[in-house]
Amino acid sequence: MTVPALPEKITVRDLRFHYGASLALKGVSLPLHERRVTAFIGPSGCGKSTLLRVLNRMYDLYPGQRAEGEVLLDGHNILGRDVDVNLLRARVGMVFQKPTPFPMSIYDNIAFGVRLYEDLPRAEMDARVEAALRGAALWDEVKDKLGASGLSLSGGQQQRLCIARSVAVQPEVILLDEPCSALDPISTAKVEELIDELKERYTIAIVTHNMQQAARVSDFTAFMYLGELIEFGDTSTIFTAPRHKATQDYITGRFG
Amino acid sequence: MTQHTVASFDAELKELQRKIAEMGGIAEKMQSDVIDALMRQDIRLAQAVVAADPALDQLQREIEEKAILTIARRQPMAIDLRDVVATIRIANDLERVGDLVKNIAKRILALEGRFPPQSLLAGLNNMSVMALAQFKAVLDAYIQRDEHAALAVWERDGEIDHLYNSLFRELLTYMMEDPRNIGFCTHLLFSAKNIERIGDHATNVAETVYYLVTGHNLALERPKAEAADVTAPPQA
Repeated sequence: MTVPALPEKITVRDLRFHYGASLALKGVSLPLHERRVTAFIGPSGCGKSTLLRVLNRMYDLYPGQRAEGEVLLDGHNILGRDVDVNLLRARVGMVFQKPTPFPMSIYDNIAFGVRLYEDLPRAEMDARVEAALRGAALWDEVKDKLGASGLSLSGGQQQRLCIARSVAVQPEVILLDEPCSALDPISTAKVEELIDELKERYTIAIVTHNMQQAARVSDFTAFMYLGELIEFGDTSTIFTAPRHKATQDYITGRFG
Repeated sequence: MTQHTVASFDAELKELQRKIAEMGGIAEKMQSDVIDALMRQDIRLAQAVVAADPALDQLQREIEEKAILTIARRQPMAIDLRDVVATIRIANDLERVGDLVKNIAKRILALEGRFPPQSLLAGLNNMSVMALAQFKAVLDAYIQRDEHAALAVWERDGEIDHLYNSLFRELLTYMMEDPRNIGFCTHLLFSAKNIERIGDHATNVAETVYYLVTGHNLALERPKAEAADVTAPPQA
């Protein structure tokens, strides 16, 4: 089965990324299709997390790291100096490997980010928090204890809280950096189910070390190795009949 | 191919391939024995063919169980996934071939010594030789992972259909000539149909091998002999 190509939400063109003197991405070009899930896979050090971090300029926080080339979000290059990075990160949200709830109530975990961009009346904020928690499939589990600390939740719930937090600011793109690597199988299944629902509204990029997860949740897969994009294509093709030997060796566990 | 990081995964795949080869060997011997039994009117050989079939059924089950276990344990991807699926499919085809051959052997026993003329048997022999050649070629293609050889088998199947059509007409003529011929002619007709279906299974295996090696499916329509007139049997 082939997934029909959709408009490109993000277009990465000839992206090179430097950590000081070392080159982590060596001219990567690929699309992120709108309202589709794209998985980045590859062995450790291949540059997949680096690529993810470029998409919302997370690297800006660190001196000595710089990106060259183009990353077009709706046709506009986000690597330019004039780009409002805070606004960019509201449009392109990120969820990390380990759940990172703020040490505050469940309610405030969600509201905190929203308050940075919008000044909502209480009723609207309540509605926004509820919508975000529902969107992250967490509402039913926390609706009676919104005042409890976010840290009191289980690992899986914390991760969904973080997803709710990124959804609450109404982003266009969601970046997931190994969102399930610290979760048990049931929480993982819930997050995967959630990804399926989220892609109806958002463009999603996910970095994962779990081949089966990439095969399950994504529509497109990019295989990277040593800072280069080796193969990009329909997930169904990549996991049943990849074109490149390196891709096949990696996904079948024959590497190195 | 490069070894898996987990060596026992390679061992499991090799074991599956070895069992397929074993099934292929048994099915091949059954085919060549059954046609010898028919040509030589050898009841004992026909009985031996019937007795060989349960081993194929047993192997088919073992392959299926091991393949399912491998899927559960390894979650195979790409070439490995195609490999495991191919063993399940091919084992099914080989098991069916065994059933078809066994059915021919039973018909030899049912003839009870009233054997048809050699000229009719010769037609059946020709078909059988061709089917057996296809069968051997496709098993080699599987073992060698040779998609070209598989494609060649797939394209040759029309020739067996041709032979079957002409044998069909010949048997029809015999039956019309003398109603006393109807009994053995019917047995021969079913035997011929079985051989034709063995050819079909060989092309199934060819399709599987092609998919296994390339990751692509062959076209849905495979070459078939034209049905020339109403005396030709309907194409399956």
